Amino acid sequence: MTSPTVTEEERQTAPASVRRTLRDRIQQFLAFASLIVIFGFFSMVSPNFFNYGNVTNILFSTVVIGLLALGTTFVIITGGIDLSIGTGMALCAVISGVLIVNTGLPLPIGVLGAILFGGLLGLVNGLNVAVLGLPPFIATLAMMLVAQGLALVVSNSTPIYFDQTPGYIDLSIGSLVPGANFPNAVLILAVVAVLAGVLLNKTVLGRYTYSIGSNEEATALSGIDVRRWKILIYTLAGLFTGLAGVMISARLGSAQPATGMGYELQAIAAVVIGGTSLSGGKGSIVGTVIGALIISVLNNGLQIMSIPQEWQNVILGCVILLAVYADMARKRAR
Amino acid sequence: MLLEARGVGKNFPGVRALQDMHIELRHGEVLALVGENGAGKSTLMKLLSGIYTPDDGEFFLDGRPLEVSSPKHALEQGISIIHQEFNLMPDLTVAQNIFIGREPRSGGFFLGERTLNARAKELIDRLHLPLDPRQVVGSLTVARQQMVEIAKALSYDAKVLIMDEPTAALNDAEVQVLHDLIRRFRRPDTGVIYISHRMHELKAITDRITVIRDGRYVDTLDTPTTSMREVIARMVGREITGEAAPEGVRTGRETVLSVRGLSTKALLRNVSFDLQEGEILGFAGLMGAGRTEVARALVGADVVESGTIALRGRPVRISSPAEAAKHRIGYLSEDRKHLGLLLEQDVNSNVVLSSIRDLFQSFGFVRPKAMRERSTELVSSLRIRTPSIDQTVKNLSGGNQQKVVIAKWLVKDCDILIFDEPTRGIDVGAKEEIYRLLNELAGRGKSIIMISSELPEVLRMSHRIVVMSEGRVTGHLSADEATQESVMHYATLRPDETGPQENPDHSATEAGVR
Repeated sequence: MTSPTVTEEERQTAPASVRRTLRDRIQQFLAFASLIVIFGFFSMVSPNFFNYGNVTNILFSTVVIGLLALGTTFVIITGGIDLSIGTGMALCAVISGVLIVNTGLPLPIGVLGAILFGGLLGLVNGLNVAVLGLPPFIATLAMMLVAQGLALVVSNSTPIYFDQTPGYIDLSIGSLVPGANFPNAVLILAVVAVLAGVLLNKTVLGRYTYSIGSNEEATALSGIDVRRWKILIYTLAGLFTGLAGVMISARLGSAQPATGMGYELQAIAAVVIGGTSLSGGKGSIVGTVIGALIISVLNNGLQIMSIPQEWQNVILGCVILLAVYADMARKRAR
Repeated sequence: MLLEARGVGKNFPGVRALQDMHIELRHGEVLALVGENGAGKSTLMKLLSGIYTPDDGEFFLDGRPLEVSSPKHALEQGISIIHQEFNLMPDLTVAQNIFIGREPRSGGFFLGERTLNARAKELIDRLHLPLDPRQVVGSLTVARQQMVEIAKALSYDAKVLIMDEPTAALNDAEVQVLHDLIRRFRRPDTGVIYISHRMHELKAITDRITVIRDGRYVDTLDTPTTSMREVIARMVGREITGEAAPEGVRTGRETVLSVRGLSTKALLRNVSFDLQEGEILGFAGLMGAGRTEVARALVGADVVESGTIALRGRPVRISSPAEAAKHRIGYLSEDRKHLGLLLEQDVNSNVVLSSIRDLFQSFGFVRPKAMRERSTELVSSLRIRTPSIDQTVKNLSGGNQQKVVIAKWLVKDCDILIFDEPTRGIDVGAKEEIYRLLNELAGRGKSIIMISSELPEVLRMSHRIVVMSEGRVTGHLSADEATQESVMHYATLRPDETGPQENPDHSATEAGVR
């Protein structure tokens, strides 16, 4: 049945690749379609949902989860997980406060310092996972606790306020777009998302991210320094954490050392809703952005419908189950 | 001499894996490397690919000392190894897999995807392979995935190509394609080391055969003037006595299992057969003929659309493997590593796994002593070669892993055992033991269905043979009627010759890996 040359029968298999890419597109389309459906639903049931102010509000509230989710998408595609991004974010916010408010460093240096500090946390995660060989779940769970504790230690358990540096707060709520009242934070998320997309799809780093998640041993046997790339990928996720720390403290006008816990789960939920497989090898930035949007549209819409916070969590949990179940059912149908 | 190993040794704690090993690969030749599992072949591979470093001795490439520090280093020096386990990334495309680690780049960091696909296309065309560079590897059949491996290995400008069991998952036609590739690769300045358990392939493709045993060099023989019997004798260190012929209960057999009109949505159409007590019923057919699907439908792993199954005349409905086990039907999957064993656990846990609830608990507590006794008993009666029942199954050879799976079903005391490719990836010596075991089981009155792609095996072992083609039973043969030719005749019957049918999607069932 198989012959050395490309026969008619062989050629017929070519469309299979097309079909497969189509199927993968469908996953993104499904996520996107559910976003539209949820959006449409809230628009109908509440007159206060669909207007410029509220939509901007939704986008604005996506920023922090979105940034965390983008970084952790890379980690999850390698087949790893990063639980330290929530409290890591709080620690980076505190570092930003220490540098800018307590030390009085210029704003750009303070911001850069906080982001790089996030990178440092990621680097430690990466070393623990890639060099010491700790399971990512354990390594980052430990880092989650360390970061939470350090945030409290460094800040003396008190919030650091940025009210003397309005430029910092403008990073988030200021508007570069003249007269449009469109928050900078959303622009930053958009730019970073595009960068992440380019990084994942168009660069060697992205290729190896998929490759490691798809078959780590084979990747290593192909002569790729898997350890080095893993360290880099965790560091990258750390940089996103640092940026999220800056953005959340800018939005709140203060660095809150006791916060952060729970954000990592929301971010991971966004990644999963966006169709990235927790077992690695598959995933996309577009999916993650849509996943993050679904979460904030849900939070916002349910709030507008005056559904109590407790129930919002129940509903979000069900949505995650549904998203993953739909994904699995689709795969089984293949 | 192209590649040479002189007195190479490698020790692990408590084990001398290799000792004073000699290999001589001449320019332009295909050298077979044979030995039982555990003879040291994979250790040798790992030394040559830089995963291990030798404790003694040296390698030489073109007369110069060769040191290999990493898989990458091996590739750079012209040594390409195709490992037995596929080293592919199922989520990446063909082109991305072939050039992994060597992607065309712009600016050092950005991927040149178009160049990548063009290069892959060029390579694939040069090798005459039926592959599409943009196709995702996970969606390919096992045979095509093997081709991707080969394309990848050859893309490195290899001088030495080492193939470890390259045909384990291929059918005869696909083996031909592979051998053609090897013949085309063979030039005056290259060489191939071909590791295989399939003796008839060695005749077809190799020039010389190096035999190793227990980590030591045994002998090197010229293929054309050597009989495979001699090779096997050197491999196992003894003559293999006679060919085990089918045994079992021959008179007054009762029909144990009776299947009528079995159909599934995907592939099977109107499959009917009987299985008798103490019988080995062979299932033959080409890849994708639906043999495994019959087994899966029987044990309730796949949904049956229509048809009846009767056990000793009593109709039964089986909707899950657990129910099948209750009816004392055991299915030993062809993919024992994924579906038959807990590789990371020890022999004991694997053997008792599916019987803990029924046999090894009292008042909700497991009874470890009883479990260990039973495991020990089976390890010795099946002659499973393992240092102890606490050994991790992963570390056993293929043949012994298969025996652990068999032990698991024996603990459950199954009456009907369905063996799917029971000797795949198992060396000659161990094969004989599996055959003997099958005969013993049949002799004890167990009824066995044996699905196998190796025709000689089916012919030799079966009392009767059911031949399938494209989801249907196309022939029933008794041991006397069955010959290579008659089986192949029925196996290649097209559906239009056996009656009308809608065209089932074959590629879907053939794509075993996904």
